[in-house]
Amino acid sequence: MTRTRTPGISRRSTLALMGAGAMTFAAPWVARAQAKTIKIGMPTILSGRVAQLGTSSRNAVMLEVEKVNAAGGLAGRQIEMVIRDSKGQPQEAARVARELVNTDGCELMIDAEASSGAFAVHEVARDLGVFCIHTNSETSALTADPKQHIPNAFRTARQGVHDSIVGGSYAAAIAKAKGLKKWATCSPDYAYGRDTTGEFTLYLKRFAPDVEIISESWPKLFQPDYTEVVTKILQAKPQALYSCLWGGDLTSYIDQANIYAMFGQMEVFAVNMADYTALTVVKNLPKGIHSGNRYIKTFPATPENAAWGDAYKAKYNEYPTNWSWENATAIMLMAEAAKKANSADGKKIAEVLKGLTIKCPFGADGTVTMRGEDHTLVGYAIGWGTTIPQEPYVPEIKAGDWKTIFELEAEWKKSKGYT
Amino acid sequence: MDLDALAGCLSSSACLVTQTTSGLIIGMLLFLVAVGLTLIFGVLKVVNFSHGAFYMFGAYFAMTAYQLTGSFALAMLAGAAGTAVLGLIFERVFMSRVYGADVLMQVLVCYAFVLIFDDVVRMIWGPEFKAMGMPAAFQVMPLFIAGGVVPPYYLLLIGVALVAAIVLGLGLSRSRIGKVIRAAAHNPGMVSALGINTGLIYGGVFALGGMLAGLAGALAAPVRSLTPGMGFSVLIESFIVTVIGGMGSILGALIGALLLGLIRSFGSQGFPLFVEGLMYLFMVIVLVSKPTGLFGKEAA
Repeated sequence: MTRTRTPGISRRSTLALMGAGAMTFAAPWVARAQAKTIKIGMPTILSGRVAQLGTSSRNAVMLEVEKVNAAGGLAGRQIEMVIRDSKGQPQEAARVARELVNTDGCELMIDAEASSGAFAVHEVARDLGVFCIHTNSETSALTADPKQHIPNAFRTARQGVHDSIVGGSYAAAIAKAKGLKKWATCSPDYAYGRDTTGEFTLYLKRFAPDVEIISESWPKLFQPDYTEVVTKILQAKPQALYSCLWGGDLTSYIDQANIYAMFGQMEVFAVNMADYTALTVVKNLPKGIHSGNRYIKTFPATPENAAWGDAYKAKYNEYPTNWSWENATAIMLMAEAAKKANSADGKKIAEVLKGLTIKCPFGADGTVTMRGEDHTLVGYAIGWGTTIPQEPYVPEIKAGDWKTIFELEAEWKKSKGYT
Repeated sequence: MDLDALAGCLSSSACLVTQTTSGLIIGMLLFLVAVGLTLIFGVLKVVNFSHGAFYMFGAYFAMTAYQLTGSFALAMLAGAAGTAVLGLIFERVFMSRVYGADVLMQVLVCYAFVLIFDDVVRMIWGPEFKAMGMPAAFQVMPLFIAGGVVPPYYLLLIGVALVAAIVLGLGLSRSRIGKVIRAAAHNPGMVSALGINTGLIYGGVFALGGMLAGLAGALAAPVRSLTPGMGFSVLIESFIVTVIGGMGSILGALIGALLLGLIRSFGSQGFPLFVEGLMYLFMVIVLVSKPTGLFGKEAA
């Protein structure tokens, strides 16, 4: 009988196999760490009603990545963006995010999802510990609520409560001047719509205590027909209407409300109107809609902002959107943090990013800051004005005051039990 | 739940006019899509899950024609005629191959085409949403009837859908071709034995169904943003309509669509957060009390 295996050989083989196995598993990590390029994963919405915004996020990121790569990359490593379509579905956003890290080998993440998907991606970032910047979700709780806090996630999107403080005080001034006491609201029925509307009315009533909300409508996100909502508001006969509908939903709503002549019957405050994505698509844009600035190349009225808007238009043949500047800012901050940390490692970038102030075309004073305490962006240009149907669309924007925003935000956080 | 608002609405002539008109608008648009669906099922015995895509194509065809010509009439014609041709080609090349196949197979084939059609639209018109814009002729003040608000464009929409319903109803019941179609639905073997080309009838019915959905899309284009995949939600509601009305019944589609439109419209007053639920609840009630739908026939 021939022995085909000896104990000694077996041990060696086993050790060799273990070694080979360890190398096999470790190799991608070793190779990844030493790779010249660094992959940044980016789930975003590239199909469906808000695809234009997702596309504009991708465009803005690519515009900035080109600049960073031309200047030597992220701490010496060229950036390779891996961008995937989540179709605007939370479960798909989470699946894509996980796959980007586990399968595609992305070391950093830009979560360019709306609020419907951002919370799902946030949980993936929590689970995998991957560095992540949320760029589009404006739901305040995402970074304001301490329960959501993780050391590896940040946000460069504007925060709903900031908009609501500025919008609420702006609207209250008009309400007082014009005697607008009866208000209606119409916002999409999901986290962003509910939170932002609640925060806006909170500050509207704070600055104009006589105001009463007499009707609320909560259409579904991406609802095709708003006829029943429009007629419901008309029945309530409010003097003013607030809405945080956005993208294709907002344009559908405006088109359908237009033929009921709704805009002549009440003052309309639509926070997401002043964005080129809506301004240029609505064919019969009503005059005099009040809106927060989203992306407008004339606000802040600086050469840097105008140049950035023009550079984007030159490259993509259309103006950027609100999501564009929020995503561009994420790359700007990452590049500066990596430079200061002299590393593209997510943990080191996160450490440096806390409290980092950079020069930025979208800053109220030419700079923006990643606030350390809650990992959220502050200091960006924020204001409200009224629309006209042609460029510059919102000729005069009244800038919000960040000192007031900080004071009221701190009060709001306390009232929510966040601090 | 806001029953006070609903009671207030029902006792106000202004609210009754506005909400009834609003219900008719939603209902008639749904009817145009649902009647094509029910017609195709009634004659071809196919559950055409891709039907919403024809609504989407109708909207895009209309928008493109309107951008090229500036004519609203040509836009409507392009939406209806374009989808009729598309329906005919689709039926002859693909759907005719799955007649008699398992329902699951038919649904899978149709669903595959839902995704393909969405991608085709994305490739041709881009992924971002579009707007056709309201023609200048309809950019006028709404009518005020008994204090209620009625936009003239919506009156046109209701009128067109009503005419389509009448023509379709009379055409199928009175004309020779209508009788042949009904005969083909009832006994295709006998019709074929009589020397009538059933393939032509099937293709024609599919084209007609596509045309009606396309017309609905074209009529909706001035007031709804256009985006790849826009046909899906309207398809689901159309299925609810056909199930409520009875699969294969044109009168059922009309009544079902109007009921659903009115439920949505008045439901938004009394049950603003349960409007979708109301639709499904109504469907459940109908199906429990009459499993074949309001006007559906019992299986032989």
